[in-house]
Amino acid sequence: MTDPADPPRPQGQTAAVQPSTRRRLAAALQRHPSVVLGLLLAAPVAWLVIAYLGSLVVLFLNAGWSRDPFTGLVKRDFTFNNFVELATNPVYRTIALRTLGMAVAVTVTCALLAFPLAYYMARVASPRVRGLLVIAVLMPLWSSYLIKVFSWLQILSGDGVLNWALSPLGLQGPGHGEVGLWLVLTYLWLPYMILPVYAGLERIPNSLIEASADLGGGGWMTFRRVILPLVFPALVAGSIFTFSLTLGDYIAPQYITTTQFIGNVILSNFGVPNLPLAATLSLVPLVIVTSYLLIARRLGAFEAL
Amino acid sequence: MGGRTGRVLLRIATAAVLLFMYIPLALVVIYAFSENGTSAWPPSSLSTKWIEQAIANTGLRDAFLTSIVIALGATVVALVLGSLAALAVGRHQFFGREAVSFVVVFPIALPGVVTGMALSTTFATTGLPLGILAIVIGHATFCIVLVYNNVIARLRRTAYTQEEASADLGADSWQTFRFITLPNIRSAMLAGALLAFALSFDEVIVTIFVAGGVKTLPIWIFQSFRLANQVALVNVAGLVAILLSVVPVYIATRLTRDTGAAGRT
Repeated sequence: MTDPADPPRPQGQTAAVQPSTRRRLAAALQRHPSVVLGLLLAAPVAWLVIAYLGSLVVLFLNAGWSRDPFTGLVKRDFTFNNFVELATNPVYRTIALRTLGMAVAVTVTCALLAFPLAYYMARVASPRVRGLLVIAVLMPLWSSYLIKVFSWLQILSGDGVLNWALSPLGLQGPGHGEVGLWLVLTYLWLPYMILPVYAGLERIPNSLIEASADLGGGGWMTFRRVILPLVFPALVAGSIFTFSLTLGDYIAPQYITTTQFIGNVILSNFGVPNLPLAATLSLVPLVIVTSYLLIARRLGAFEAL
Repeated sequence: MGGRTGRVLLRIATAAVLLFMYIPLALVVIYAFSENGTSAWPPSSLSTKWIEQAIANTGLRDAFLTSIVIALGATVVALVLGSLAALAVGRHQFFGREAVSFVVVFPIALPGVVTGMALSTTFATTGLPLGILAIVIGHATFCIVLVYNNVIARLRRTAYTQEEASADLGADSWQTFRFITLPNIRSAMLAGALLAFALSFDEVIVTIFVAGGVKTLPIWIFQSFRLANQVALVNVAGLVAILLSVVPVYIATRLTRDTGAAGRT
């Protein structure tokens, strides 16, 4: 009916003064979707490949370089000396294992705390309350990270609110130390666990839970045999965050404890002291998290994100 | 989890976890108004004197403005790149489509210390200067995913048939984009941009590695952590930081209520 060169104009569009060039270009793009795709992809892919993957390559190169102890300059010959140092020096092994242990402890605690709240949100609360609870979880997630650490620094301090609350019971808070850090990191990353677990629980059809009850499954049986297996990928998805964020943090460890974690060691070697060694050290969390991501992908966590 | 007791226990656990999440935030607000300006609890009396001092503090004010500029810069870059990538992945089939969505998520999935080290060694190795531009580049890189996720979630929900109908009615590709696709994804783009702003405004782990001497608000807070006479000001700065990330996120949540894409992935 209508001549394709003169389509009915959606309202609000002024008559094109010079339609020819733009229209010819648009028509050409229509005939070549691959050109459109190329135009869409070029900038973001270039940015991510150059700015990010490129940086990771440079990081890897730096890890093999060394710092001349006399001139303080970085010598650009690739050797495996830093890697050998990392593997053989027991100090680094202790620190890496300590960080890994902290990441596991924080992840498990987050999962235990996240589950009841997520379950209440997904399967008990009314739609209105559910909406409010989602916002209630998002707000702390997005509140300033540093301020949350600072608040805990004050809470855990000797004359802080935790000791004030516990003293009538004759108890004392953990103070600044590894237990305190475990508490703080659990606090910081908890919302990252709640959200995927909530989404995972919400996706379970009611009929499955009813079927389990019909077949004689009690509450615990249904939980263990139906709910838990179905929500497992979501737990793994949440654990990607709790794991990666714990390994990548150096500010909370620095302020809450005097113990060294991998992030602190990287930062203290960063810059003038020994940039190549810092680069080698930062490959440790890189390798751990990349392997974790690959395992998580096999466990179906990416669909649960 | 059946049974009346189970339900009561679930309610108690839910309330306890919510309290655990909100008490530390509430304390920051109270401390910001605490007269004595130390972390001693309970505060002796409340006043607004620290708020006034914070407003008068030029270092704090400059850091705040620097953070705004950086967050705006990172948001613009992330908005453009994230939307382009989402349109490509959401509306085209091509080889390497999975790889693109993986590469977009990668910068935020890796630990912050790795991203920070990677960017700063690259700047050091290539001789490019650290500073505001370096921070904007770093922030934009991990903010792309926020826009991308919001836009692609919206594209998945809006039927491609609308765009086909537009083409059938004779609209060219630009008109279809301008009058069909863009109005559909506009609020998702805005939501992604707000999240990008909030994340950039708050980021410190990567920022410290690429800042050079530049002081953003989080860096100012970080450097004032251990200075006893700054405790009260840090709490006030914290109040501002909380508001400036929570308000955009709240709006973003309202904008994407149907998809709920305000998580950080």
